Amino acid sequence: MTSATTPALPQAPAGEAIIRAEKIEKYYSQPSENRIQVISATDLEIVPGEILALLGPSGSGKSTMLRMLTGLSRPSAGQVYWHEKPIAEAQINVSIVFQSFALFPWLTVLENVEAPLQARGVSPDGRRERSLRMLDTVGLAGFEAAYPKELSGGMRQRVGFARALVVEPEVLFMDEPFSALDVLTAENLRSELLELWANKTMPTKAVFIVTHNIEEAVLLADRIIVLGRNPGHIRTDFRVQIPQPRDRKAEAFTQLVDYIYKVLTRPDVVPTEIPTHPDGKKVRDQRQMRYQMLPHARPGGVAGLLELVLDKGGRDDIYRLADDLAFEIDDLLPIVDAAQLLGFLKVEEGDAAITESGAEFANSEILHQKELFREAATANVLLLRQIVRALEAKSDHSVPEDFFLDMLDEQFSDEESLRQLETAITWGRYAELFDFDAARRRFFLPKEEEEEAEAAGGVE
Amino acid sequence: MKIYHPFARSLVTVRSWPFFIDLGVAFCGLALFFCVLNTARYWMTTATPVIPISHSISALPMYAVYSVVRIGIAYLLSLVFAIAYGYTAVYNPRIEGWMVAVLDILQSIPVLSFLPPIVLAMVSLIPGRQLGIELAVIFLIFTGQVWNLAFSFYSSLKSIPKEMTEASRIYRYSPWQRFWQLEMPYAAIGLVWNSIVSVAGGWFALMLCEMFTMGDRNFQLPGLGSYMQSAAESGDITALFSGIGVVVLIVVATDQLVWRPLIVWSDKFKFEQVESADRATSPILELLRRSRLSLLPGQLWARIEEPVYRRLAHTRACQVVEPIDDDSSKRKGAVLFWALVVAIVIAGAWAVMQALVMLRTVSWADLRGLLAGALATFLRVNAALLISAVWTIPAGVAIGFNQRLARIVQPVAQVLASVPASAFYPVLLLGLMKIGGGLGIGSVALMLLGTQWYILFNVIAGAMSIPSDLKEVTRLYGFTRYQRWTRLILPGIFPYLITGMVTASGGAWNASVMAEYAHVKTGIIQTVGLGAEISSATDAGKFPIILLATILISLMVVTMNRLIWRRLYRLAETRYKLEG
Repeated sequence: MTSATTPALPQAPAGEAIIRAEKIEKYYSQPSENRIQVISATDLEIVPGEILALLGPSGSGKSTMLRMLTGLSRPSAGQVYWHEKPIAEAQINVSIVFQSFALFPWLTVLENVEAPLQARGVSPDGRRERSLRMLDTVGLAGFEAAYPKELSGGMRQRVGFARALVVEPEVLFMDEPFSALDVLTAENLRSELLELWANKTMPTKAVFIVTHNIEEAVLLADRIIVLGRNPGHIRTDFRVQIPQPRDRKAEAFTQLVDYIYKVLTRPDVVPTEIPTHPDGKKVRDQRQMRYQMLPHARPGGVAGLLELVLDKGGRDDIYRLADDLAFEIDDLLPIVDAAQLLGFLKVEEGDAAITESGAEFANSEILHQKELFREAATANVLLLRQIVRALEAKSDHSVPEDFFLDMLDEQFSDEESLRQLETAITWGRYAELFDFDAARRRFFLPKEEEEEAEAAGGVE
Repeated sequence: MKIYHPFARSLVTVRSWPFFIDLGVAFCGLALFFCVLNTARYWMTTATPVIPISHSISALPMYAVYSVVRIGIAYLLSLVFAIAYGYTAVYNPRIEGWMVAVLDILQSIPVLSFLPPIVLAMVSLIPGRQLGIELAVIFLIFTGQVWNLAFSFYSSLKSIPKEMTEASRIYRYSPWQRFWQLEMPYAAIGLVWNSIVSVAGGWFALMLCEMFTMGDRNFQLPGLGSYMQSAAESGDITALFSGIGVVVLIVVATDQLVWRPLIVWSDKFKFEQVESADRATSPILELLRRSRLSLLPGQLWARIEEPVYRRLAHTRACQVVEPIDDDSSKRKGAVLFWALVVAIVIAGAWAVMQALVMLRTVSWADLRGLLAGALATFLRVNAALLISAVWTIPAGVAIGFNQRLARIVQPVAQVLASVPASAFYPVLLLGLMKIGGGLGIGSVALMLLGTQWYILFNVIAGAMSIPSDLKEVTRLYGFTRYQRWTRLILPGIFPYLITGMVTASGGAWNASVMAEYAHVKTGIIQTVGLGAEISSATDAGKFPIILLATILISLMVVTMNRLIWRRLYRLAETRYKLEG
């Protein structure tokens, strides 16, 4: 699968970008000199006439990017322009379709759609007329007086679309609009969206869709931007040359999907440029720190994946694995990363190959699996090593959670620190390295370990 | 193009007897008007601190009107204050922490401690009119109602889902639209439930505030509270019981005519994705909805709203998308902010100085008395809690496991809980004196009267929430009775029990002020306790003692909350949460 066509480079923008981001970054400053970089300096343009998909694994800052481009979130550095005017001062005309729909449950369908017009001071009659027409367009005529909770998920997202389109936005933003829906409903809505776009039924000049579903991106977009993570940055930006309507089974389609998988799993080259403070001092961000990012995968998932790869002869396309499992990248990539981190799997050019230790792991029964996992985890994961060492050093073999959170906080956001520790707990428990008392929020060593440690202490 | 009117729900419902109902609504309006007129006339009379109280039954309706008007006004004030306070706290992150802490402390102060400053301030602000004294009483009732409302509104605003806020920003809502279409609806359910608790608290405070002595000044206002107090003091049993009857009647009527319709109506503000199966019903609300008059407020409101929206559309908020994580707005008000901080610090320092000067007059003997009182009240409050828990847990679980019984008992217990315990105090006191018991033990009984209901109906709710498959498991594996309780029932009701205990403990501290000290026919009876210290100091006009006792009470309540209740709460939320 090395002969994938290299997609064309993005065409030179026609000059009149609607939204242009110039070196926008997002970071959180720590009390110390360190900072947590969420998105590194990025340039991006949204030009008329295209559907642009922003694709990336979780933690790549897709949603943050969307919020900065819509003016909902202020970049820590850099500037976003709306028709060459700083976005904070411009009268921008955009809409967002939200993943959770974000409809007001106490308003009827009609009132929900009318609300944005009300904010713009449209007269009651004008509001009603435009809203009813829009509801008709998205296929909701007859549902005006219903409340959102009476509708199915797909119907609710239609209301979301109607509300977004009723203000005739220049750019329609969508934040994973189909991921809360079942497969069939999502497929249906996607094709209707394309129809509206192709027929120019909507006055919108550009669509910006954030997704973690690769096929969705390839199905819809004229241009795809793939984000990498830690911190978020653009890995690739290309045009999709396949004509609409696109067929999932077509050769060109599958090749493109495969290509994106390759990009996503290829070792990442993070821009080496080190950000500096305004006063010229160098800042340290998490890339220069010591903890590797633990992928949020469960040991059971790792074992399952390895067994699957082994079944396939020890080597397979990641894209095909995802297809077999009906997984989206957010489900699969963390597991692949975890297996890679533990040395059970090797990923090259979008192919996953099982290693010797991986094969042994997949072939073992549960108790031996735990042993192998313990060895691999202590050898490869610094955080787990540190937890065990701290527990062995304490006379009562118990350490509060906060101790480790404080260490992680230097490097990750509060939320991410918690998730890192949560994953460490899952792995540590599975490997029987330590246990965690959720009520007292303390780590401790299991009984036998404790005795061993005591014996060891006695010898010294 | 002609626009057809979409079928609004209110137009679809079948109407029966529209004429009767409209007449009924109109009649209620007229009655309300009369109440307002009469009360206003009375308020504008010259100030008479002590108005003689008639014990005849025929005087009761008018007294009831006065009391209800007081509570009503106090409640409206509380609502407005709560909303303003919560809103300010949420939108000013710099003072947010302080505002919440202040609320925490104020909530722990018993109503009576507010009495001297409020009465003195009001009477001197509006001298010569009955209005001054009335307002003082209304503010006292206010202090018994407002804090939990403010907490409720604040925490509702804090928990609005992020995407909803983002939607309101990206569609460029004005603060006005955001308030009416997002914030108020989101907070509505919490506000309704807390209003019920608040008004119950208002009744409790009413019994205390309509008739009191402060130093050499007596105050006695016409109302149910003073009616019952004076009936108790003169030992008029008939009057006492008819007073209680009227209070219970009003409480039940409020529940049926106001709260139930409100609860049902607020159901539409539930933030849920699917419609829940069982919904509360209210015949009164149905009647109101069918009345033609019920459309009027909506139409009027729309008439007012439209110009507002049209004007707001040209403001900055409706033209530009404002970032959520913006910090420039904080910088803008910096000068004003620091001016405010300085002013508050100066005022605070001055208040502390004054307080210190005042506290220096407190003798060591007084202090010792207070500390002993604090210990006694502490023990009493916890004894009351313990006794309540001991009987309500088995009873509540028994009721909760019997679905049919629970459906009958739960609403009754809820109404009982909102009948002010303070209304029954005089009766209990008379009974205690007859059997010759002192207040030492008696006050625990008095506290129990007010606190146990909260625990009871929380335990019932907890027992009802235990899934039946877990109950079947205990039966299947032949758990012993002990195992059943320690493994299933107690952990299952734990979160509910804690909620009930927290409410009850707050109530018990507040009740101590009334329970430890009482005027009766033969004079004054009291026992050692912090509540008694506050009551007697108010009577004698000894402000330093009140201040010190208040500081002690609030210190103890806040410490207890921090050290015990909050931890148990967290435990309940993490470990004992039945997720399903």
